Amino acid sequence: MIKITEKHIDVQKVIDTASSLAAGAVDVFIGTVRNNAHGKNVVWLEYEAYETMAVAEIRKIIEDASHRWPLLGWAVSHRIGTLRPGEVSVAVAVSTPHRKDSFEACQYIIDTLKEKVPIWKKEVFEDGEEWVSARPEMAMKA
Amino acid sequence: MNKYKIRAFGITKDLLGGRDTVIEIHGTTVGELRQELSERFPELLDLKSLFIAVNNDYADDDRVLKSTDEIALIPPVSGG
Repeated sequence: MIKITEKHIDVQKVIDTASSLAAGAVDVFIGTVRNNAHGKNVVWLEYEAYETMAVAEIRKIIEDASHRWPLLGWAVSHRIGTLRPGEVSVAVAVSTPHRKDSFEACQYIIDTLKEKVPIWKKEVFEDGEEWVSARPEMAMKA
Repeated sequence: MNKYKIRAFGITKDLLGGRDTVIEIHGTTVGELRQELSERFPELLDLKSLFIAVNNDYADDDRVLKSTDEIALIPPVSGG
Protein backbone atom coordinates (compact mmCIF):
# COMPACT_ATOMS: atom_id res chain seq x y z
CA MET A 1 0.00 0.00 0.00
CA ILE A 2 1.29 3.42 -0.99
CA LYS A 3 -0.88 6.30 0.09
CA ILE A 4 -0.58 10.09 -0.17
CA THR A 5 -3.47 11.48 1.80
CA GLU A 6 -4.96 14.66 3.24
CA LYS A 7 -6.61 12.61 5.96
CA HIS A 8 -5.27 11.53 9.35
CA ILE A 9 -2.94 8.52 9.01
CA ASP A 10 -4.27 5.38 10.64
CA VAL A 11 -0.99 3.89 11.92
CA GLN A 12 -2.62 0.63 12.96
CA LYS A 13 -3.90 0.16 9.42
CA VAL A 14 -0.39 0.75 8.05
CA ILE A 15 0.98 -1.89 10.44
CA ASP A 16 -1.82 -4.36 9.65
CA THR A 17 -1.25 -3.92 5.90
CA ALA A 18 2.48 -4.66 6.29
CA SER A 19 2.00 -7.62 8.60
CA SER A 20 2.28 -11.25 7.51
CA LEU A 21 1.71 -14.56 9.26
CA ALA A 22 5.10 -15.69 7.94
CA ALA A 23 6.85 -12.74 9.61
CA GLY A 24 8.63 -12.77 12.93
CA ALA A 25 9.15 -9.00 12.90
CA VAL A 26 7.26 -5.87 11.99
CA ASP A 27 9.14 -2.59 12.08
CA VAL A 28 7.32 0.72 11.92
CA PHE A 29 8.58 4.27 11.57
CA ILE A 30 6.25 7.11 12.51
CA GLY A 31 7.25 10.66 11.57
CA THR A 32 5.60 13.42 13.58
CA VAL A 33 5.43 17.20 13.34
CA ARG A 34 7.87 18.93 15.71
CA ASN A 35 6.72 22.07 17.46
CA ASN A 36 10.03 23.88 16.88
CA ALA A 37 12.63 24.62 14.21
CA HIS A 38 15.61 27.03 14.16
CA GLY A 39 14.77 27.92 17.78
CA LYS A 40 11.30 29.15 16.84
CA ASN A 41 7.83 27.80 17.52
CA VAL A 42 6.25 26.00 14.60
CA VAL A 43 2.55 26.82 14.40
CA TRP A 44 1.81 24.40 11.59
CA LEU A 45 3.38 22.70 8.57
CA GLU A 46 2.07 22.74 5.01
CA TYR A 47 2.90 19.57 3.07
CA GLU A 48 2.65 19.37 -0.68
CA ALA A 49 3.31 16.44 -3.01
CA TYR A 50 3.71 15.84 -6.72
CA GLU A 51 1.42 12.90 -6.16
CA THR A 52 1.82 10.75 -9.26
CA MET A 53 5.60 11.00 -9.15
CA ALA A 54 5.73 10.57 -5.36
CA VAL A 55 3.85 7.28 -5.67
CA ALA A 56 6.16 6.17 -8.52
CA GLU A 57 9.29 7.05 -6.52
CA ILE A 58 8.05 5.27 -3.38
CA ARG A 59 7.31 2.21 -5.55
CA LYS A 60 10.94 2.24 -6.78
CA ILE A 61 12.23 2.48 -3.21
CA ILE A 62 10.10 -0.50 -2.16
CA GLU A 63 11.33 -2.46 -5.18
CA ASP A 64 14.96 -1.74 -4.25
CA ALA A 65 14.26 -2.68 -0.64
CA SER A 66 12.66 -5.98 -1.65
CA HIS A 67 15.81 -6.89 -3.57
CA ARG A 68 17.96 -6.22 -0.53
CA TRP A 69 15.81 -7.62 2.29
CA PRO A 70 13.25 -10.44 2.43
CA LEU A 71 10.17 -8.24 2.74
CA LEU A 72 6.98 -10.16 3.46
CA GLY A 73 4.79 -7.08 3.61
CA TRP A 74 5.10 -3.29 3.54
CA ALA A 75 3.06 -0.10 3.62
CA VAL A 76 3.87 3.60 3.28
CA SER A 77 1.45 6.40 4.04
CA HIS A 78 2.37 10.10 3.74
CA ARG A 79 0.17 12.95 4.79
CA ILE A 80 -0.17 16.23 2.83
CA GLY A 81 -1.98 19.47 3.62
CA THR A 82 -1.95 21.32 6.94
CA LEU A 83 -0.46 19.48 9.94
CA ARG A 84 -0.19 20.66 13.52
CA PRO A 85 2.58 19.71 15.98
CA GLY A 86 2.20 16.15 17.22
CA GLU A 87 0.37 14.90 14.14
CA VAL A 88 1.70 11.96 12.14
CA SER A 89 3.18 13.07 8.80
CA VAL A 90 4.43 9.70 7.59
CA ALA A 91 4.21 6.04 8.56
CA VAL A 92 6.33 3.24 7.10
CA ALA A 93 5.92 -0.40 8.11
CA VAL A 94 7.64 -3.55 6.89
CA SER A 95 7.59 -7.16 7.95
CA THR A 96 10.34 -9.75 7.52
CA PRO A 97 11.09 -13.20 8.97
CA HIS A 98 13.64 -11.77 11.47
CA ARG A 99 14.05 -8.41 13.19
CA LYS A 100 17.43 -7.23 11.82
CA ASP A 101 16.12 -7.13 8.25
CA SER A 102 12.99 -5.26 9.23
CA PHE A 103 14.96 -2.57 11.12
CA GLU A 104 17.30 -2.10 8.16
CA ALA A 105 14.63 -2.15 5.47
CA CYS A 106 12.42 0.32 7.33
CA GLN A 107 15.31 2.72 7.86
CA TYR A 108 16.34 2.43 4.21
CA ILE A 109 12.80 3.22 3.05
CA ILE A 110 12.30 6.31 5.22
CA ASP A 111 15.84 7.63 4.58
CA THR A 112 15.48 7.24 0.81
CA LEU A 113 11.96 8.67 0.87
CA LYS A 114 13.28 11.82 2.54
CA GLU A 115 16.01 12.11 -0.06
CA LYS A 116 14.14 11.36 -3.30
CA VAL A 117 10.38 11.50 -3.08
CA PRO A 118 8.85 14.76 -4.38
CA ILE A 119 7.13 15.95 -1.23
CA TRP A 120 7.77 19.34 0.35
CA LYS A 121 7.00 21.00 3.65
CA LYS A 122 6.74 24.63 4.60
CA GLU A 123 7.19 25.60 8.23
CA VAL A 124 4.82 28.29 9.36
CA PHE A 125 6.06 30.31 12.34
CA GLU A 126 4.37 33.08 14.30
CA ASP A 127 6.36 35.63 12.27
CA GLY A 128 6.80 34.08 8.84
CA GLU A 129 7.19 30.91 6.81
CA GLU A 130 9.93 28.91 5.15
CA TRP A 131 10.11 26.03 2.65
CA VAL A 132 12.27 23.47 4.48
CA SER A 133 15.81 22.92 3.08
CA ALA A 134 15.06 24.84 -0.13
CA ARG A 135 17.94 27.28 0.18
CA PRO A 136 21.44 26.90 1.63
CA GLU A 137 21.72 27.85 5.33
CA MET A 138 23.63 31.07 4.54
CA ALA A 139 20.84 32.40 2.34
CA MET A 140 18.23 31.53 4.96
CA LYS A 141 19.92 33.71 7.56
CA ALA A 142 20.46 36.62 5.15
CA MET B 1 10.04 28.29 -30.79
CA ASN B 2 8.97 25.28 -28.75
CA LYS B 3 6.31 25.60 -26.13
CA TYR B 4 6.37 23.58 -22.91
CA LYS B 5 3.99 23.48 -19.99
CA ILE B 6 5.76 23.39 -16.64
CA ARG B 7 4.32 22.36 -13.27
CA ALA B 8 6.04 23.97 -10.29
CA PHE B 9 6.10 22.53 -6.78
CA GLY B 10 7.19 23.69 -3.35
CA ILE B 11 9.21 26.90 -3.37
CA THR B 12 9.30 26.96 -7.20
CA LYS B 13 5.53 27.47 -7.24
CA ASP B 14 6.08 30.69 -5.28
CA LEU B 15 9.03 31.78 -7.46
CA LEU B 16 7.18 31.20 -10.75
CA GLY B 17 3.98 32.69 -9.37
CA GLY B 18 1.76 29.64 -9.71
CA ARG B 19 1.51 25.92 -10.34
CA ASP B 20 1.41 26.02 -14.16
CA THR B 21 3.57 28.10 -16.47
CA VAL B 22 4.04 27.90 -20.23
CA ILE B 23 7.58 28.56 -21.43
CA GLU B 24 8.74 29.05 -25.01
CA ILE B 25 12.35 28.21 -25.82
CA HIS B 26 14.44 27.82 -28.97
CA GLY B 27 15.91 24.53 -27.80
CA THR B 28 14.39 21.16 -27.07
CA THR B 29 16.34 19.79 -24.09
CA VAL B 30 15.89 19.85 -20.34
CA GLY B 31 19.20 21.78 -20.09
CA GLU B 32 17.97 24.47 -22.46
CA LEU B 33 14.72 24.74 -20.57
CA ARG B 34 16.67 25.02 -17.31
CA GLN B 35 18.77 27.84 -18.83
CA GLU B 36 15.69 29.79 -19.94
CA LEU B 37 14.01 29.30 -16.57
CA SER B 38 17.03 30.58 -14.64
CA GLU B 39 17.21 33.66 -16.86
CA ARG B 40 13.56 34.40 -16.39
CA PHE B 41 13.43 33.44 -12.70
CA PRO B 42 16.97 34.09 -11.36
CA GLU B 43 15.94 33.19 -7.80
CA LEU B 44 15.87 29.55 -8.95
CA LEU B 45 19.68 29.74 -8.89
CA ASP B 46 19.60 30.36 -5.11
CA LEU B 47 18.07 26.93 -4.46
CA LYS B 48 20.21 24.13 -3.02
CA SER B 49 19.27 22.00 -6.02
CA LEU B 50 16.72 21.97 -8.81
CA PHE B 51 15.77 18.82 -10.63
CA ILE B 52 13.46 18.63 -13.60
CA ALA B 53 11.16 15.65 -13.91
CA VAL B 54 9.75 14.45 -17.20
CA ASN B 55 6.73 12.16 -17.11
CA ASN B 56 7.14 11.46 -13.39
CA ASP B 57 10.83 10.60 -13.61
CA TYR B 58 13.98 12.61 -12.80
CA ALA B 59 15.50 13.70 -16.14
CA ASP B 60 19.07 14.59 -17.17
CA ASP B 61 19.88 17.88 -18.89
CA ASP B 62 20.40 16.19 -22.27
CA ARG B 63 16.92 14.67 -22.29
CA VAL B 64 14.97 15.84 -25.36
CA LEU B 65 11.50 17.17 -24.59
CA LYS B 66 8.25 16.57 -26.43
CA SER B 67 5.42 19.07 -26.34
CA THR B 68 3.19 16.42 -24.74
CA ASP B 69 5.63 15.65 -21.89
CA GLU B 70 4.60 16.33 -18.33
CA ILE B 71 7.42 18.56 -17.05
CA ALA B 72 7.83 19.42 -13.38
CA LEU B 73 10.23 21.49 -11.30
CA ILE B 74 11.54 19.61 -8.27
CA PRO B 75 13.26 21.86 -5.71
CA PRO B 76 15.01 20.19 -2.72
CA VAL B 77 12.53 17.69 -1.32
CA SER B 78 11.63 17.73 2.38
CA GLY B 79 9.08 15.00 2.97
CA GLY B 80 8.91 12.78 6.00
